[in-house]
Amino acid sequence: MLNSSLLQLGAALRSKEISSVELTQLYLHRITALNSKLNAYITVNEEMSLAQARAADVQLAQSKTHALTGIPVAQKDIFCAMGWRTTCGSKMLSDFIAPYDAHVIEQFNRVGAVNLGKTNMDEFAMGSSNETSHFGNVKNPWNNNAVPGGSSGGSAAAVSAHLCAAATGTDTGGSIRQPAALCGISGLKPTYGVVSRYGMIAFASSLDQAGPMARSAEDLALLLNVMAGFDERDSTSLQRETEDYTRDLNKPLNGLRIGLPKEFFAAGLSADVAQAIEASIAEYKKLGATVIDISLPNSRLSIPVYYVLAPAEASSNLSRYDGVRYGYRTPEYTNLADMYEKSRAQGFGEEVKRRIMIGTYVLSHGYYDAYYLQAQKIRRLIAQDFVEAFKQCDVIMGPTTPTTAFNLAEKNDDPVQMYLSDIYTIAVNLAGLPGMSIPAGFSGNGLPVGLQIIGNYFDEARMLNVAHQYQQVTDWHTRTPQHIEV
Amino acid sequence: MSLSINDVYKVARLARLGMTEQEAQTAHAQLLNIFGLIAEMQAVDTNGITPMSHAQDISQRLREDRVTEHNQRELFQAAAPQIKKGLYLVPQVIE
Amino acid sequence: MQWEIVIGLEVHTQLSTSSKIFSGASTAFGAEPNTQACAVDLALPGVLPVLNRGAVERAIKFGLAVGAHIAPRSVFSRKNYFYPDLPKGYQISQFDLPIVGQGSLTIQVPTTTAGQTYKKMVRLTRAHLEEDAGKSLHEDFHGMTGIDLNRAGTPLLEIVSEPDMRSAAEAVAYAKMLHTLVRWIGICDGNMQEGSFRCDANVSVRRPGAELGTRREIKNLNSFRFLQQAIEYEAQWQIDTLENGGTIQQATVLFNADIGETRAMRSKEDAHDYRYFPDPDLLPLAIDHEWIEQIRGTLPELPLSKQTRYVADLGLSVYDADTLTSSREMADFFEAALNEVPKEAKLCANWLMGDVSASLNREDRDITQCPISPAQLGGMLKRIADGTISNAAAKEVFKILWNEGGTPDTIIETKGLKQMSDVGAMEAMVDEIIAANPMQVAEYRSGKEKVFGFFVGLAMKASKGKANPAQMNEILKRKLAG
Repeated sequence: MLNSSLLQLGAALRSKEISSVELTQLYLHRITALNSKLNAYITVNEEMSLAQARAADVQLAQSKTHALTGIPVAQKDIFCAMGWRTTCGSKMLSDFIAPYDAHVIEQFNRVGAVNLGKTNMDEFAMGSSNETSHFGNVKNPWNNNAVPGGSSGGSAAAVSAHLCAAATGTDTGGSIRQPAALCGISGLKPTYGVVSRYGMIAFASSLDQAGPMARSAEDLALLLNVMAGFDERDSTSLQRETEDYTRDLNKPLNGLRIGLPKEFFAAGLSADVAQAIEASIAEYKKLGATVIDISLPNSRLSIPVYYVLAPAEASSNLSRYDGVRYGYRTPEYTNLADMYEKSRAQGFGEEVKRRIMIGTYVLSHGYYDAYYLQAQKIRRLIAQDFVEAFKQCDVIMGPTTPTTAFNLAEKNDDPVQMYLSDIYTIAVNLAGLPGMSIPAGFSGNGLPVGLQIIGNYFDEARMLNVAHQYQQVTDWHTRTPQHIEV
Repeated sequence: MSLSINDVYKVARLARLGMTEQEAQTAHAQLLNIFGLIAEMQAVDTNGITPMSHAQDISQRLREDRVTEHNQRELFQAAAPQIKKGLYLVPQVIE
Repeated sequence: MQWEIVIGLEVHTQLSTSSKIFSGASTAFGAEPNTQACAVDLALPGVLPVLNRGAVERAIKFGLAVGAHIAPRSVFSRKNYFYPDLPKGYQISQFDLPIVGQGSLTIQVPTTTAGQTYKKMVRLTRAHLEEDAGKSLHEDFHGMTGIDLNRAGTPLLEIVSEPDMRSAAEAVAYAKMLHTLVRWIGICDGNMQEGSFRCDANVSVRRPGAELGTRREIKNLNSFRFLQQAIEYEAQWQIDTLENGGTIQQATVLFNADIGETRAMRSKEDAHDYRYFPDPDLLPLAIDHEWIEQIRGTLPELPLSKQTRYVADLGLSVYDADTLTSSREMADFFEAALNEVPKEAKLCANWLMGDVSASLNREDRDITQCPISPAQLGGMLKRIADGTISNAAAKEVFKILWNEGGTPDTIIETKGLKQMSDVGAMEAMVDEIIAANPMQVAEYRSGKEKVFGFFVGLAMKASKGKANPAQMNEILKRKLAG
């Protein structure tokens, strides 16, 4: 059952082979047994999950069902879910019970999926290792000394260790793709605007995008069918025709043009990752694809640009946490200013404060043009590189990360080294393009390698097709870590 | 334009982040490193390039002028640190 | 040596939308605290703003009314600062690219001579959309401040003038004209007690011809009287300070209406680094030509245009034209009444500004609550104009119309108020009077013209007040002359 795809689980539920309550209990049982080790979940609420499962079973009995009815899905703790504690990985919101549902949560509720719990994450999604969470780091199921990646590390670990059927994540600079790669699962960041940001706690508004995390491209397509869609409450949500993202899964790849940016294979890429990626490209050639060398000349600037723009937006987005209307308020203070400064100093962790400082500085008087405006201009150059590239190819491929999962605490004292681990993923967010990561082999030390697939705007169906065809001829995505049996 | 320790204090004050001297020193060192990383960007010639604020080149959709929200004060104030008579309480504001 | 006072105003007008600028919460005034603060207004984690079309339309309307350029593309920015009544820690406003560009407003400034005004054009720098903050309530919480966020997110149009005003009187005239205009075009209810129309005044002084002096900004003046007092006090304070060898520091000041003085705010100004940047949650606002033209089509004729027309075409004085256009309702009333007596603009103006206004004032009503309709007033004026009734009789008709209603003609008929204009009958009356008062006739004819009034009194009495006075005078003069 645990190795089943979402389609198989759905079939089992509809044929009464298993009920949603039983399936939910199966996962809850596994969470009870394994979460103390992996720390993938911040909040589990059996009562609320089982209530949803019971409702799903009623729906299933009446045959009023959707592909995901009764399926337990883990939700990144960045999505507000009514009645659920929603912390965003922060002490600031450690007691915050969300009074409303995010659009993504509504969409899952609408089809009768079960909210299995809220997964751990870097605080306010700021991090690449899940070590900035107020609720402790998550461990990589493949190697408990290694990080799971971040910020959606809890979701990635939960999918990888079979602590859920599938999960959601959000990706501002690689936060779906990087942990997906490091935990050996599939993850998709859609085109900016495809999934509503309403109710998703903001980090950097012009870059944040939610997406699915699962064990296969086919599962991702089913999840994206639920998550995507216009929402009038998000001004940046796009009004488009509803798509069936599974429609092209089985198309052959004959004639597919794959662009390989030389910048993604330059110095800094570890040998075992390079090897795995090259092997997967070879596999694509066998599937009928052709390979074209391309260049994204400005992509080297994506890290500096990102570390100006994302902190700038974040510094403003996080001003609402002031201890007035909700969230943490320091127990002792002498006056208003003291209350603000202490509540925020104590409620936010180090990385969040660091980024607020960067963002505040780059927006402050006298620095705006040199930092913020300059970064926005280069952002356009980076986006234009992709426009040029997609004149030559259908998808772009490369490694998701320069190395496999690094060790816990390895980069903790050096923010710059940590930031560099997102070197291949950030440009996609700056351009607003869709990107995904799928398992593409293992390093010598047994850690997963992720293949990144970048598509043109709104080309998710094609990307899923490209990923699915690869998963028909490889089995990397079906491998599971050891020591996760209960 | 190298970032000084005074800049660190000024920025911390703007961002309402209380900071001890020790924390400010640490922050200063880390921020210098990070701005070292960012510096690469500043040499790029961006003359004539339009800044990109949004991932999409589209314009704002507008909402019709209709009241769609009703009173949910109790629900919302359940999360509040301190309230009285329906008001959020804060240390006295001096104008 | 002389000092010149330089004033620029920033006026915050609350736009009269039903819902807030970025949320679907109600903007109605006076609700229980925080019952109209929805998730978006409270800045709960994860919420997002969506712009209200009604607010944009009102801003465009204003721009057209002051002859300003409407930006085809404008941008919303975040103004970052911490304050308990500002839930997001930033105010969504417009910075670089406001929706309304440069425009102008022509004002009539009263002089010290009653009824005398002079005309002045004040340039508008810009007008931009933004959201209002909540309210801080300082009383009764044992050293704590209470925050009510019902007002948070109410749409504001901030209208910024150039420093073109040179006296408190000019500033007040400008503010009043703006106040008239925003109500006239229906974008703001203008209720100053409720804070719908709030002025900030930037005041500086200088020697004539010198560079602009350092300004101090007086915040939140919510009546024309306070605006006047605050500017006068502030300007005098600045002059005194400079004359005593002091200097002016740029500052934000508050006006204490109880003691009539301004004082600098205690809160520190060091944090005035607002870190404006384009709001990533809101895309650029595009306004196309078609939309602008469609809104232009809904604009009523504006006060200035009416004033000019009243003077040029109707022959009214500037003062009359100004008074009749003090509100759209007044002008509408005037024009509707005038419709009944198209050639009697002055008569119509006199009645409206005289008896009608006095009666409204006495009963504390405004023109929309006038018990007499424009048609009724016009009907009565028609009878004055065609000589059917005298002015004295008109007062009688007016009183009945006001208290009991009815149609003027019926009232004139039933009350027998028709004026006598039968020349033969009047001549007979005069002949009788002359015959009965030979002594007074002799006096008159010997040059004592004062006696004429005596004959008029007798004649009017004889006609029971119904004689047409002009006609009667003419007959008297002719007959007395012998």
